[in-house]
Amino acid sequence: MSGANALEVHNLVVRHDMLTAVRGLSFALPVGGRMGLVGESGSGKTLTALALMGLLPMGWQADGSVLHDGVDLIRQSDRALAHRRGRTISMVFQDPLSSLDPVRRVGYQVSSVIRRHMKTSRREAERQTIELFRQMSLPRPEQLVRAYPHEISGGQRQRIMIAMALACYPQLIIADEPTTALDVTVQKQVLRLLNGAVEQRGCALLMITHDLPIIAAMCDTVAVMYAGRIVEMGPVGQVFRSPRHHYTRGLLESQPTMDNIALDGSSRLTSIPGMVPPLHSLPTGCAFHPRCAAATEKCVAEVPTLEGGTRRAACWHPVESMAEAAAS
Amino acid sequence: MTIYVLRKLAFFVGAVFVASVAIFLLIRGAGGNVAAVVLGKSATPEAINALAHVYGLDRPLPVQYADWISNMLRGDFGRSFRTNESVADLVTARLSISIPLSLSGLILGLLIAIPVGTYAARNVGTPSGAVLALVSQVGVAVPVFWAGILLSLLFGVRLGWLPTGGWTPWSQSVTEALRSLVLPVLSLGLIMAATLIRYVRSAVLDVMNQDYLRTALAVGMTRTQALLHVGLRNAALPLVTIIGLQIAELIGGTVIIETVFSLPGLSRMILANVAAREVIVVQSTVMIIIVFVITVNLLVDLLYGVLDPRVRATR
Repeated sequence: MSGANALEVHNLVVRHDMLTAVRGLSFALPVGGRMGLVGESGSGKTLTALALMGLLPMGWQADGSVLHDGVDLIRQSDRALAHRRGRTISMVFQDPLSSLDPVRRVGYQVSSVIRRHMKTSRREAERQTIELFRQMSLPRPEQLVRAYPHEISGGQRQRIMIAMALACYPQLIIADEPTTALDVTVQKQVLRLLNGAVEQRGCALLMITHDLPIIAAMCDTVAVMYAGRIVEMGPVGQVFRSPRHHYTRGLLESQPTMDNIALDGSSRLTSIPGMVPPLHSLPTGCAFHPRCAAATEKCVAEVPTLEGGTRRAACWHPVESMAEAAAS
Repeated sequence: MTIYVLRKLAFFVGAVFVASVAIFLLIRGAGGNVAAVVLGKSATPEAINALAHVYGLDRPLPVQYADWISNMLRGDFGRSFRTNESVADLVTARLSISIPLSLSGLILGLLIAIPVGTYAARNVGTPSGAVLALVSQVGVAVPVFWAGILLSLLFGVRLGWLPTGGWTPWSQSVTEALRSLVLPVLSLGLIMAATLIRYVRSAVLDVMNQDYLRTALAVGMTRTQALLHVGLRNAALPLVTIIGLQIAELIGGTVIIETVFSLPGLSRMILANVAAREVIVVQSTVMIIIVFVITVNLLVDLLYGVLDPRVRATR
């Protein structure tokens, strides 16, 4: 593996018996890089994240290779993986209330991670925990460490989850919809804190969300997932300004902005027709073809591949860029 | 928390009162008369009535009830009409069998059920998990007396290692007393384990699917560590309730085991005294058991508050 990447995924497949949820994913995340993984529910984002962590639910299996810190995570023993989790690679989950142990104090939950991996004394771990809480702008950290998860707000809980993920200075953090369960008013604050902490530590971030503005604000590259495959990827600015895949364009056009919400209540929001296909009946060829206006027979018959360099789209009839459209 | 404890205590007093009235009426509603039992089948009604008068059983029911309760409150549990033994002595003697029997049975049950139930939960969907589920299902269906008889056939009759029944008091020989308890405890423990395994299995299974267990794995615990540090601590909450209920059931609920192994325990004493219509003995003994059971429930509730900070908060 090249030393410059915090994560290199080659042909990742995640399946459960006959069902294949992730169908050959490849991407690389440079050290300190930030990548967004977007897609609707059911596109395989969360299973991808869990596969990277080696935390797939019972019955699910991952194939391919996931290179991180010089080893292939897929081929690691349970014990070796456990030793990495929370230390070189860590994860922030969607729902902070259910993700924290309800019967233990939050301070203990963070300091025990530090003691586990850093082999520090209890005192030192507690001191570092308070310091982490302070970095996460948590109020009165000395008292808050003694609180139970149900006693504090959702935003505070998620900041504690982030503190837990950051505690051992990992090379990579995977954040799976970290703000979906939070009030809109605290989402921004939590994201800002996550952003600052990641930046300060120079750790790489894989941000999984269906919220495009979050990706635009926090990531340098983006990969768009549909039905278990990456359909388009590239630098955030380029992909969002001139999407090449019809699915990406559809996603962008379904985003409410101040421009497309009319004051009289009528909405000019568009939506992508149809639904994400269920795993047991995935369409042939390009999985998006039943919902795509530009689909032809070729799209039904052949799977388009992700071609090109940093800016790639898996589409037989890519959306013409503004410049090309103007020229023709 | 204080208000919670006070409320629990008020409930305690109320429950004891209701229970006392119920027992008092039930034993009298059962018909029969201790005087008739004492005097035998050939006694004349006049003689029976005369003896009943001596015992004070011809007084109006409310008077008898008030008399009994006020004695109980003063710590006087009454005496047997026939033998004149004090109920307190009777119960204490029997408890020296019943308490070791039921406590060891419960502990043995837990010692088997917690590891086996956890193992079964971790192996759901595998052949060994299915076999365990089947075995515990069969165990639940086996009547405790049958398990007792089988064990006593094997270890008592066939191998001759242990007594098939009977009781040697602690004061005579501690080793012999222990030996006579082994088979009863074993049968009780095995049957109890069969029931408990299913509760442990479902509690652990539930915890295993919780997000916080995934978090424990995500911060570097192995599956076993996560199950031990996070899983069992959370699974303990529902289990404490079940264990409380089992304790309540055990005290005075071991009549079948006591009968199979001819142990003179508390349950058999109550049964014999019900048959003899020893109203005071039955009333007082059952009251003692009820107070014990309600106390255990109270302790379980309080323990729940200790184990679960969320419960503490709502109180």
